[in-house]
Amino acid sequence: MMRLPSLQWAAPRTLTELTTRLAADPASTKLLAGGTDLIPNLKRRHQHARQLLWIGKISELQGIQPEASGEVSLGASTTLTAITRSDHLRRHYPGLVRAVASISSPVLRNMGTIGGNLCLDTRCTYYNQSEEWRRSIDYCLKEAGDTCWVAPGSPRCWAISASDSAPLLAAIGAKVSLHSVAGEREIDVEKLFVDDGIQYLAKRPDEVLTRIRLPAVSHSRSTYWKLRRRHSIDFPVLGVGAMVASDGGGRITAARVFLGAVASAPLSVDTSALLGQLPTEELVHTVAERARDLATPLDNTDFTLQWRRRMVHSYVDGALRELCGLPAKVVAPREGRFAIEV
Amino acid sequence: MNADSVTGSFVLNGERKTVAYPEHHTLLEVLREECGLPGTKHGCELGECGTCTVLIEGVPVLSCLVLARQCEDQAIETVEGLESAEGLHPLQVAFADLGAAQCGYCTPGILVTAKALLAANASPTSAEIDEALSGNLCRCTGYRKITEAVDLAAARLRGEDRALPSLSELCGHPHGDHSHE
Amino acid sequence: MSEKPTPKGAMIGTSFRRVDAVAKVTGRTRFADDLNLPRQVHMKLVRSPHPYARIRSIDLAAAKALPGVVGFLTGKDVPEPFGILPVSQDEHALCQDVVRFVGDPVVAVAALTEDQAEEAARLVKVDYEPLETVGSIEEGLLPTSAPLHGHADEGNIHKKITMQFGDVEAGLREADLVLEDVMFYEGNTHLPMEQHASLAVPEGDGRIGIWSSTQTPHYLHRALTKVLGLPASRIRVVAQPNGGGFGGKSDPFHHEICAAKMALNLRRPVKICLTREEVFFCHRGRHPTLMHLRTGFKKDGTITAQHLKTMLDGGGYGSYGVASTYYTGALQCVTYDVPRYRFDGARIFTNKPPCGPKRGHGTPQPRFALEVQLDKAAVALGIDPAELRLKQVQPAGAITANWLKVGSIGLKECIDRVVAGSAWKERRGRLPFGHGLGIACGAYLCGAGLPIYWNHLPHSGVQIKLDRSGGVAVFCGETEIGQGSDSILAACVAEILGIALEDIRLCVADTDLTPVDLGSYSSRVTLMMGNAAIQAAERARDLIAKAVAEEMKLPTTRLVFADRRVFDAENPGVGKSFAEAVQVAEARFGTLGTTGSYTPPRSPGKYRGAGVGPSPAYSYSAAVIEVKVDPETGIVEVPTVWIAHDIGRSLNPTLVVGQVEGSVYMGLGEALMEESAFRRLPKSRSRALVHKFPSMLEYKSPTFVDMPKVVTYLVEDPDPNGPFGAKEVGQGPLLPIMPALCNAIYDAVGVRVDQVPVQPHMILKALEDKRRGGVGRFGPKSFPKLDYGTPLMVPTPKEGGDGRAVNAEEIGIKGGTMTDRPAARTSP
Ligand SMILES: Cc1cc2nc3c(=O)[nH]c(=O)nc-3n(C[C@H](O)[C@H](O)[C@H](O)COP(=O)(O)OP(=O)(O)OC[C@H]3O[C@@H](n4cnc5c(N)ncnc54)[C@H](O)[C@@H]3O)c2cc1C
Ligand code: SF4
Ligand code: FES
Ligand code: FES
Repeated sequence: MMRLPSLQWAAPRTLTELTTRLAADPASTKLLAGGTDLIPNLKRRHQHARQLLWIGKISELQGIQPEASGEVSLGASTTLTAITRSDHLRRHYPGLVRAVASISSPVLRNMGTIGGNLCLDTRCTYYNQSEEWRRSIDYCLKEAGDTCWVAPGSPRCWAISASDSAPLLAAIGAKVSLHSVAGEREIDVEKLFVDDGIQYLAKRPDEVLTRIRLPAVSHSRSTYWKLRRRHSIDFPVLGVGAMVASDGGGRITAARVFLGAVASAPLSVDTSALLGQLPTEELVHTVAERARDLATPLDNTDFTLQWRRRMVHSYVDGALRELCGLPAKVVAPREGRFAIEV
Repeated sequence: MNADSVTGSFVLNGERKTVAYPEHHTLLEVLREECGLPGTKHGCELGECGTCTVLIEGVPVLSCLVLARQCEDQAIETVEGLESAEGLHPLQVAFADLGAAQCGYCTPGILVTAKALLAANASPTSAEIDEALSGNLCRCTGYRKITEAVDLAAARLRGEDRALPSLSELCGHPHGDHSHE
Repeated sequence: MSEKPTPKGAMIGTSFRRVDAVAKVTGRTRFADDLNLPRQVHMKLVRSPHPYARIRSIDLAAAKALPGVVGFLTGKDVPEPFGILPVSQDEHALCQDVVRFVGDPVVAVAALTEDQAEEAARLVKVDYEPLETVGSIEEGLLPTSAPLHGHADEGNIHKKITMQFGDVEAGLREADLVLEDVMFYEGNTHLPMEQHASLAVPEGDGRIGIWSSTQTPHYLHRALTKVLGLPASRIRVVAQPNGGGFGGKSDPFHHEICAAKMALNLRRPVKICLTREEVFFCHRGRHPTLMHLRTGFKKDGTITAQHLKTMLDGGGYGSYGVASTYYTGALQCVTYDVPRYRFDGARIFTNKPPCGPKRGHGTPQPRFALEVQLDKAAVALGIDPAELRLKQVQPAGAITANWLKVGSIGLKECIDRVVAGSAWKERRGRLPFGHGLGIACGAYLCGAGLPIYWNHLPHSGVQIKLDRSGGVAVFCGETEIGQGSDSILAACVAEILGIALEDIRLCVADTDLTPVDLGSYSSRVTLMMGNAAIQAAERARDLIAKAVAEEMKLPTTRLVFADRRVFDAENPGVGKSFAEAVQVAEARFGTLGTTGSYTPPRSPGKYRGAGVGPSPAYSYSAAVIEVKVDPETGIVEVPTVWIAHDIGRSLNPTLVVGQVEGSVYMGLGEALMEESAFRRLPKSRSRALVHKFPSMLEYKSPTFVDMPKVVTYLVEDPDPNGPFGAKEVGQGPLLPIMPALCNAIYDAVGVRVDQVPVQPHMILKALEDKRRGGVGRFGPKSFPKLDYGTPLMVPTPKEGGDGRAVNAEEIGIKGGTMTDRPAARTSP
């Protein structure tokens, strides 16, 4: 049986207690939320910790709170299941619910949190392996080795940002709050990520992600298209988070598209072609082409990279067609279908 | 017991249980090794197969990813808790009768997951059953008999007097197609 | 026996509840890892991180210093080689001086806790000298590749086979259409949900017992005897119920032998449970296979001749490989009449985990090639693919060109059922673009006709003990792996004795207590154990009948055994309870016990190689698969599978349907996503050659929401060799799935993918090929050159042959098989 290394565990009761304990030794302390990413990583000795601080008991990190402004404040410890079951979110943020419902499997969503999903370690099939396996390739850049096996010769790690919620939250313009003993800051979700497989978060190790603020929605629609092999459990090999807003006359006033799982951070697609326009198949196609040119899928996850690149085009095209009410060209993914319909 | 051993207490299948275990052990290890309940199985210990599913406060979770320390004072239910002095749980009866357990290794995790589903939704459609169980892999059955067994148990739990399927239904034939007999 | 009491069964043919069902749904079934004993220690294996290397030195010092560590084993403690086949005893419980794949075990460590054992394993330092690796079939064929083993036929060609039945070239010349295809079937693995586990227990006076998740306790017993150097009678092997096997637990394994050795050394129980990754390293899964298939067809679609060449990537050791290689050619003629047939097969050693038997053992690959090629022929000749098959189904009792004797064959009816069920005639070729139907068939053995060790001992034995309580104890070496063999054993006995399942106590899979059954492989258990059980039960029934008849002053023929009673057929009120009847017999004869055994009938083939393929009976299946293919993305969805299986007689329809659905599931996994793929790093920087994704997450096993609707048809045509007419169902229904899927893709979008698993990019590439004016195909382009040698020439039955080769001496092959020898016994 795969087991954890010896470690200590504590469950702080307040945010202050948490940030204080974290500040004392950020290098060898890890925050434990649902544990669905951290525990496998510790078992495989990717990540190391002498101490785990379980954040499940901290009230500041909980709850789905609609605000008077029309915004919604999501506690980082909110489970993914709670999000898919929230009537408010289902009504106002169906794109988010769709993205979250597509994450892993129902039992994993009962455990996994939205904060953990945003902080999820980047993934790579040369890395998400046992210690023994990694030893047999002499490790790689992301840990002890000196070569990136996906792109030998490259000075950086290309491990994949595999969070399903990140592209969607970035597309709708959500913000995250980060707390530490030094204070609090709020940044855009897209700024939380850095396109580097190792340093993939702009969050400092002593900071806690406390809440996520969803902007008020009016005249905008969002959706999430996820590509993966199986219809459950699997991580995305491509995620398209898209938001389109239009005026009364149907002209597009805002459009944001983020790609997940094709780089070490969600990638922002140039949608300027759509702005101020009435949507057409040609315009959508143009954006899809830009997305394809932007994506650099590498051979470190399921499926061939050429096909995944092609799918960037198909899925961006598909997601935008869905949002713009244009006829579908490809079959939409059926992820999370039931979780949303109930 | 190791130096890093701690003592914890939770309600296991309705009974208060206090056990000592190494601090870094997961609920899976503590259930199997310290509580003497090996009914909960494991297939990967990394969250990838669903075999180790148990209920914490009625919610299905993967016991290989939960530290036992997180379960302090929580109600935990494992496959061993399904049967009672009154007899087998209707899910167990349906699984036994429909051949939904072949090797039976995935069965404990699937049974408890199905129990949680039926507690939340007394009349799930087949598609909803499949979705709810989609984190649990089974290599033997091809799943169809499991879905049918959950459906049968749900009907019986609702008080319907549902008989076992006929051979034709067992074979998945569309209604009225008896051409195989 | 002339004076048989009248049979009146109640159990057979009904969906009785499995005897182990309640244990399984309550968590009471004890799998190997659920067993624990006082003073037990935990063992871990240190495995090679190198694909091919010489072991220079092993340094245990740091590991020894850890608290809790109690013992080690290295290669020198287990120098005796073993292997499942007598011809390839090429494995060691721990590597001697060379490691041959990443995961090959080198050191065993035992400690008080598993945490400590794992920690200690990490501290073991092994110094290796890496060697040039062989990563593929092509590399293995290079004359420069350094041989992995000394026992190969030639270089890294572990085994070369070539045989010809009739004048194939003449047959091809007579054909109106000759199709030639190169196809590839990727390797895949069993992935049982249970990871292999063992508990070894020293017993007093130098005996050792091992409780293990094995499908073949008998062969583990043999391997332990050999490696431990103890008499077989001092070793006890018990197979716990397996949490799935599918062939993956049918070799004796390193961890089992090491646990036994460690337990003997330490004089205390030793436990090991493999991690999931280690299960991938044990492997013995489907051989990646390249195939070259050339078949001649008449205008009406009938086959004139066929020449099949296969090349198998065997991995680092022999395992069942020689048998697997023969199996890639053995069953090509049992479905359709192939009048002339040539088979060339080769297995190549590579530095990967060894391949072996997985559900269908060696036959799904050539079946895939054949069934896809038939579809192509049907298209080329303008014949309905179902019709083309129906036209040439082998008749019952036929002897094939390669000398296999077909028994009952319900294949025509299978085809008819799935054709009707799927509305094939109305829908195939007429569905909108992107939507299609495909058909394929398959056949499988009901147990290998020859045992692994050639001898004339029974393949399965059953003992029955009856006592005055009315309870019946049944002893048999068979192993429950989920397929329901315990239930079949109990039901066969209950049926004959007219008692209930609750009256029966089973004692199975224990080499100390139970008569040998060779194991749960090659779909042999129902047929062989079933026949043995029937024989033992009939003998018991006859004893009871004799005593009761004497007492009741009736002829034995008037007695009926039913409803837990023995009574007069003409006067059913008059009789005894079963328990009373046993008492009468016990008083009359003394303590009651009977035995039954089964040895398969002789097969007509007498050439070298004729030992692989014969079976007492063959099961048949046909499937139609419906697909929806998105031509923009290449993504395939499968809404429905219709499958008909010729089961002979279904002893328990619920169990049978369960096996069919499970086979469809596994077949779809193989067709669409499962692959044991390997990765080599850039050679300039690394010698690594690793399994791409030895995990449950990245090795894609379909989930609940990936599984289509399955409509099953059970075709019953009782086979005279089967128990109550039954044939196998555990493996056969997998066979048609992969080709039916590819044929459906063709119907949907008009392109061919000649390899599995089918990935979306392959469909897109094939579509692109078609748009550019090509044939619209994705698949391997060429078949490696290899001189298979001069074929063994065996005239076919139609040519008046006698089952022998005519040129064996000439080409230096020793003739004959075991059945050729005079002592071979026929079935009872
Ligand atoms: C089999 C399997 C399949 C999966 N499939 C998917 C998938 O399809 N899509 C997907 O997106 N994910 C998937 N996941 C990953 C994971 O389950 C989810 O991303 C989940 O949301 C992670 O949340 P968690 O609470 O479990 O995180 P944890 O494991 O608890 O934490 C993850 C990381 O975030 C840090 N962290 C957690 N919370 C905070 C916080 N509040 N502040 C600062 N740092 C924090 C932790 O220290 C840790 O480094 C899968 C996991 C498994 C095992
Ligand atoms: S992308 Fe390169 S450096 Fe990063 S984890 Fe993969 S192999 Fe290692
Ligand atoms: S053991 Fe596989 S999910 Fe827990
Ligand atoms: S019944 Fe064997 S894994 Fe599900």
